[in-house]
Formats: sequence, C-alpha cells, structure tokens
Amino acid sequence: MELFRVENVCMAFGKKDVLKNINLGIRRGEIFAIIGPSGAGKTTLLRILNLFEKPLCGNLIFNGLDAGKTGGLRRRMSMLFQTPVVFNASVFDNVAYGLKVRGFDKRAIEKKVSEALNTVGLPGMGKEKARMLSGGETQRMAFARAIVYDPEILLLDEPTSNLDPANVAKIEEIIKRIRDERGTTILIATHNIPQVRRIADRVGVLLNGELIEVNSIEGIFTEPEDERSAAFIRGEMIY
Amino acid sequence: MSGADFLFQGIIRAFELIFSLNPYIISITGVSIKVSGTATLLATLTAIPLAYALAFLHFRGRQALIALVNTGMGLPPVFVGLFIFIMLVPAGPFGFANKIFTPQAMILAQYILVTPIITGISLAAIKAVPKPIIETVYTLGGSWKEAIIMTFCEARFGIITAILAGLGRALAEVGAILIVGGNIAYTGSVGGIGEGESYTRTLTTAITSETSKGDISTSIALGIILISLNLSINLLANFFQRRS
Ligand SMILES: Nc1ncnc2c1ncn2[C@@H]1O[C@H](COP(=O)(O)OP(=O)(O)O)[C@@H](O)[C@H]1O
Ligand SMILES: [Mg+2]
Repeated sequence: MELFRVENVCMAFGKKDVLKNINLGIRRGEIFAIIGPSGAGKTTLLRILNLFEKPLCGNLIFNGLDAGKTGGLRRRMSMLFQTPVVFNASVFDNVAYGLKVRGFDKRAIEKKVSEALNTVGLPGMGKEKARMLSGGETQRMAFARAIVYDPEILLLDEPTSNLDPANVAKIEEIIKRIRDERGTTILIATHNIPQVRRIADRVGVLLNGELIEVNSIEGIFTEPEDERSAAFIRGEMIY
Repeated sequence: MSGADFLFQGIIRAFELIFSLNPYIISITGVSIKVSGTATLLATLTAIPLAYALAFLHFRGRQALIALVNTGMGLPPVFVGLFIFIMLVPAGPFGFANKIFTPQAMILAQYILVTPIITGISLAAIKAVPKPIIETVYTLGGSWKEAIIMTFCEARFGIITAILAGLGRALAEVGAILIVGGNIAYTGSVGGIGEGESYTRTLTTAITSETSKGDISTSIALGIILISLNLSINLLANFFQRRS
C-alpha cells in the first residue's frame, strides 16, 4: 500500500536547517502534492527522495527497502527538475534515453517511445530537434522521457511554474493520465493551490522545513488542521 | 623591374609552383602537416582526459594544474624550443636519444605548446554543460560513465573547436620548430630553385629561410598554402562554434 516511507528525515545546508523531522508515507498510485512557499524545502525533499542528497538523519524506505542500504533504487524512480532540461538531440533520442541506459532492444525502445509520446500528446514528433520545441512541448517531452521506462514513482518539482495557462492545463491533464493509465505514483511539489485542488488526492504542507499538515484534498480545503496551512491555502501567506 | 612587377612575377611563379605540384613545396607541406597533425593528435589524446579530470575530479594539485594549463596556453614558442633544445642537444640530459633536429623533436615541441590550448578550451566547453543535464542523466538511470558520454555529446562542438584551434596554432608556429628541427632540407645536386626534399623544413620555417635567401616566389607559394590551410581550419572552427 505504501510505496515510499520517509522517517524522521532532517537536512541542513551549513548551519541552516532546511528539513526538520519529516515523516511521510506516499501511497502507491496516488497523486500527492507537497505545497509550501518558496524556500520551504520542497526541492530539497524531492532531491533527497531521488537520492541526490543524503539526509543528515532519518530513513527512506522504498517498497520496504532501506534506500540507505539498497543500491539501484533510483532506477525505479524518475524526477522532473524545476528548470526543463533538454539533451541536444532529437525528441526520440531524448525520450529513449532511460531505455537505452537500461539496455532495451531497438524494437522495444521504438514501441515504448511512441507510446510515451502519445501519452503526452506529441505523437510523431520523434524526429524533431528537441531544442526547437516550444516551452510547453519541451515540458511534455520531459514527461515522456521520465515515464518511458515505467518508473514506480514520478517526482515533479513545480512542473508548471514556467508555463502559460493553456499549457498548465495540458500538463495537469497529462499528470492525471499518467497515473490513470500507467498507475504511476506521483509526488508533485507546487505552490499553485488551485492546481492542487484539480489534480491531487492528498497534500502535505511544508513550511520552513516542517511538514505541518498532511491531509486529503477535501480535508485541507474544508477543515485544515493547522492555522498556518489554512492561511497558506487562503493565499494569505506572503511568498 | 619595378616593385609591382617584382611582386606580380613572384605571385605568378608561386601559382606555377603550386599547380605544377613542385616536389620541394609538396615535401615541405607534407612535413608541416605530418608534424603538426601528429602533435595535435597526441595533444588531443592527453588534453581531453585531462580536461575531464580537471572538470570532475577533486584531487590534490588540481588548482595548480589548472594554473599550469592557463600559463601553458600563452607559452612563448621560442621558450619551449629553447627548453627542448637544451634537453636534446648531445650534451643535454636526453642527448643520448639522438633526437635533436628530427621531426620527433618538433612533434614534442608542438605537443607541449598545443596540449594546454586544447585542454583549456575543452575544459571551458565541458564546464559550460549545465549541471541539470548531468543530474537528468542520473535521474533517468544513467551511471557516471553515461554522464561523461553525455557531457562529451553536449560539449562536442566546443571540443572540436579546441582541437582545431590547437591544429591552427601548431601549423602557424615557427619559433619552437625552427630551434629544435633546424629547418633541414636535402637539396639536389643542382641546388636550384624548387629543388630538394624537406626533412624538418615546414611551411613556416621555409618561409623564413626562402625569404632571407631571396627566393620570393617560393616564399609566396608557401605562404599561400599556409594561409589556405589556416583559413580552412578557421572556417571549420567557426562552423562548429556556431553550432554549439
Ligand atoms: N545546495 C544548497 N546549498 C545551500 N542552501 C541550499 C541548497 N539548496 C537549498 N538551499 C536552501 O534551502 C532552503 C530550501 O530550499 P528549497 O528546497 O529549494 O525550497 P523550495 O523548493 O521549497 O523553494 C532555501 O533556504 C535554500 O536557500
Ligand atoms: Mg524549489
């Protein structure tokens, strides 16, 4: 039931405490939103989950396996960074990357890439140069590249913050489709409150490195447990 | 003969020498390409791994090595020539090798001149690859080997530019190879214009000696070849620079 368990995780950069005693269980197949103002520690938490940073304390349990002691777990996840990253190659080669490093054969690669491009609404775009795509298309390609090898969890760091409203709607559509069609568990960091309401099942509120509330979508918008998260939801928090 | 006529005659004769594939000129061009090409190839084989090590590894002496590379990029060729000369002359520490005034000595000199240039420019190109690109390789399941391959792909035009810059510098260089190569050519029994075969004589060193000998048309012919080679290399480098 629980895919990723975060136990007593803390993190600091220099003297600055960035995450304080985080406890969180991400359930298989859910869309979980981490919300909080800029500087709250969302990116740091995602980078720890993707095993880029080692937390100063606490444990990460992925599928019952201790990430501190088990190798190769990153290969079962995928992360989209806040700034879109494009390899200087064709769309096909970008999307195929995760399959190539896993040693898939050519036919499987072609099939999976074309499926992933369909999922993100870029069918037949494989031959295009990736650097020629528009901002919205680039982000969709990044989604295709991230899901093509069927990761168990997709970590999204503010995936719509650089996009216009029309593209935001498309990306939200794609996020839901990925979960519905592939069953991928999705963790999304965002400070876009309406977006959380549109796509997430559950939400955690991160404030100054503290996870002050974890609640269902209905719960957080009707009866938030913490006064500070209520203020953040109402848009009264300056960030 | 007026000055203009003199120049005009010289240019006409120079083109005759080039288009008749004059053996002397061909052999000089051949030595230039062989020496500078080999030096650049060896320098590339050293410089690219070195640039990678400087970009990604944190070892002791890394900062000192970077400083050395930066200094080496502007090293005066005559200084390098003098240094190798002292090493290789019969009385020098490596005199036993008997390599002074050989193409190998010239290759060594140009290797020392060109390696820092290729290293420095490649290092800048590798460092210009954004960190998120490398992290994306990792998040998609790549290993450090794949990260290295990816930086190479992303920096490829910069690295090619670096190699071409090294080759251009080597071909145009005269001070070092004149000292350690000796500008040697075997002249025929006649010893006339357009005769002989180069041993360590290159386009640049030949221009200095032919000019002082007064053989202007041969000098001009050599100059035209040298400029054409360098121009082609620069055009190629520009092409790759625009693509990166
Ligand atoms: N590599 C780092 N070195 C030092 N400080 C960092 C580093 N990464 C993040 N921080 C600091 O940690 C805090 C949380 O940052 P971040 O996780 O990026 O927040 P968010 O994504 O919620 O905006 C910020 O104060 C930021 O300045
Ligand atoms: Mg962030």
